Amino acid sequence: MWKYLLRRSLYALFTVWVISLLAFAIIQLPPGDYVTDMLEDLRAQAGNVPPEWEDRMRQIYGFDDPFIVQYFKWMRNILLRGQFGYSFFYKRDAGEMIIERLPMSFALSLFSTFFVWIVALPIGFYSAVRRYSIVDYTASFMGFFGMAIPNFLLALIILFITYRYMGGAVIGLFSKEFADAPWSWAKFVDLLKHIWVPMVIIGIGSTAGLIRTMRANLLDELNKPYVETARAKGLSETRLLIKYPLRHALNPFVSTLGWMLPGLVSGEVIVSMVLNLPTSGPVLYQALVQQDQYVAAGFILVLSTLTVIGTFISDLLLAWVDPRIRLQ
Amino acid sequence: MKRQKPDLATNNEQNETQESLKLEVASQWQLMWWKFRKHKLAMISGALVIAFYLVALFSEFLAPNVTTTYKDTYATAPPQPISFFYEGKWLPHVKGLKYERDPVSLRKTWTIDEEVVVPIGFFVRGDAYKLWGLIPSDIHFIGAKNPGDPFYLFGADIIGRDVFSRLIYSSRVSLTVGLVGMVIALTIGILLGGISGLVGGALDNIIQRLIEILMSIPTLPVWLALAAVVPIDWPALRVYFMISIILSLISWTGMARVVRSKFLALREEDFVMAAMLDGCGQTRLILRHMLPSFLSHIIASITLWIPGLILGETALSFLGLGLRPPVVSWGVMLQDTQKVAVIARYPWLLAPGGAVFLIVLTLNFLGDGLRDAADPY
Repeated sequence: MWKYLLRRSLYALFTVWVISLLAFAIIQLPPGDYVTDMLEDLRAQAGNVPPEWEDRMRQIYGFDDPFIVQYFKWMRNILLRGQFGYSFFYKRDAGEMIIERLPMSFALSLFSTFFVWIVALPIGFYSAVRRYSIVDYTASFMGFFGMAIPNFLLALIILFITYRYMGGAVIGLFSKEFADAPWSWAKFVDLLKHIWVPMVIIGIGSTAGLIRTMRANLLDELNKPYVETARAKGLSETRLLIKYPLRHALNPFVSTLGWMLPGLVSGEVIVSMVLNLPTSGPVLYQALVQQDQYVAAGFILVLSTLTVIGTFISDLLLAWVDPRIRLQ
Repeated sequence: MKRQKPDLATNNEQNETQESLKLEVASQWQLMWWKFRKHKLAMISGALVIAFYLVALFSEFLAPNVTTTYKDTYATAPPQPISFFYEGKWLPHVKGLKYERDPVSLRKTWTIDEEVVVPIGFFVRGDAYKLWGLIPSDIHFIGAKNPGDPFYLFGADIIGRDVFSRLIYSSRVSLTVGLVGMVIALTIGILLGGISGLVGGALDNIIQRLIEILMSIPTLPVWLALAAVVPIDWPALRVYFMISIILSLISWTGMARVVRSKFLALREEDFVMAAMLDGCGQTRLILRHMLPSFLSHIIASITLWIPGLILGETALSFLGLGLRPPVVSWGVMLQDTQKVAVIARYPWLLAPGGAVFLIVLTLNFLGDGLRDAADPY
């Protein structure tokens, strides 16, 4: 088990390192940098700008350094000082912006995960046990629906319905009076009132997938001889189902977390933009469009790292649930 | 009566033996087709998918207008329903449109004008176009009989372009962006998956780690980042290819895994061993013996996989980071709907979303059917 744990954590660390390289490289790709933008602004306001300014500014900001040096400095500041750099666009610390937005993203992804589990477990279970029942057909239908509809479109449709028929669109995570208020019980309740909409929208695709996996897995188990044996020995149907096949079928709940999380985070980014939620999506988008490189790279790094950690935890859980994996 | 029964039985028996004989000599693809045919939903979906791609192929001819035609007067006009009879006589038509301007907000409020009849028909003359940029024509499959009459089946957008026509034109880009990306991803996936499965060892380990890393990255932020890099002044065609490449960069991983597991499983098969002992070369072994036996699986996975690329393009374009006007795709059309106020007033602008939903759904059903049929033995 310890060996497994060690190997897995090494993989996770390595993954995060590769992601950090990727994130930084992608941000460096576009032609020009923030100095180009600033000079353009300056020229628009002040007319001509001496050409030596450009080089000097590059020097000050360290844009002249080779990629590896820039990457090294960036990593060093994050790891040793927890500094993510500076947002040229917002003129403030990039790390602050990430900390401001991240908890809500995290909460939303977490809520969505729980939503997916809570909905998919009983429905998947019931669909498999009572195959071709109304619940089974409804679940498959909803499953296909959830899979085929782009989540931002679902968000738009819900916006439309609430705007037209419920007198006000469900935008944001808080009502106006709570948006800037300090945390209190009332604010938390307000959050719960708003969070279900993005939660359902983000989760529905994964729910569909998980129900299908759960159903298929359980169906495989139900025909195995050990179920027949248990039944022949007179075990009651409910007890039998819960005691043996269900435990088997629970594996995908943990193992799918690995591929579900990247999807949930992706969904969170785009749905937040449509519903204008105070999460990382809108800020990341702005940063990418404005070439605000440290903010963008920081967000990509942190979001991906959280996903990797989530996957890592799911690997550990799986090893805990399924001894075959940890003994391999 | 009594005599007939044994006759019937022998007849049945004969049929059965014939059937099993047919089964024994049938090729792999024939068996798959027979199995696929039984899957009604997949058959219907397959027909629909073909229809979608035919629409994309002949969009210039099928659309009532070309994409650039706009009429200010009919900006934000609502959809006009088709009626078939007028005063008891057969006359397919739509009703005209009239509007009142709100004196305060200056917004147009459209109503259907029951007095005005716009006759419609098939093969009417309208905007001039060139089919595939080659064949000049002005005949449209459906349209108003008098060119210039308003005919908005799915309404008009904010500057008065026909949503229905644009929807048809968009299918060309939206449906093919996935195909181009797929070819790229397939090549990488089969190559790396094949190497991984055949060579094994350290190389396999490295490729598997690489795939795991790529799979644990949330796709959308990376897509956004890459798409934001595409320069604004690039020509439309280059952006189109760039976007397909970006979409495929991450998604080849799934294909590589499928190919690898297939190769791993096949390596142990008797017929592969036999071919190897017969002194069959590596290339021939792969192309002649192994590839055909999992080609069907790959085709099924592709069908289940194009939807992801279509959804990806739509999401990117919707956010303004994918394809850009004047290219029309479903995502580009949906850009108009980013504001709640717009959807609330002109809900028909969400029509491209319906198209995306339909094609993703049908491709999924088709893929499921193909996957079930892929292993006929």
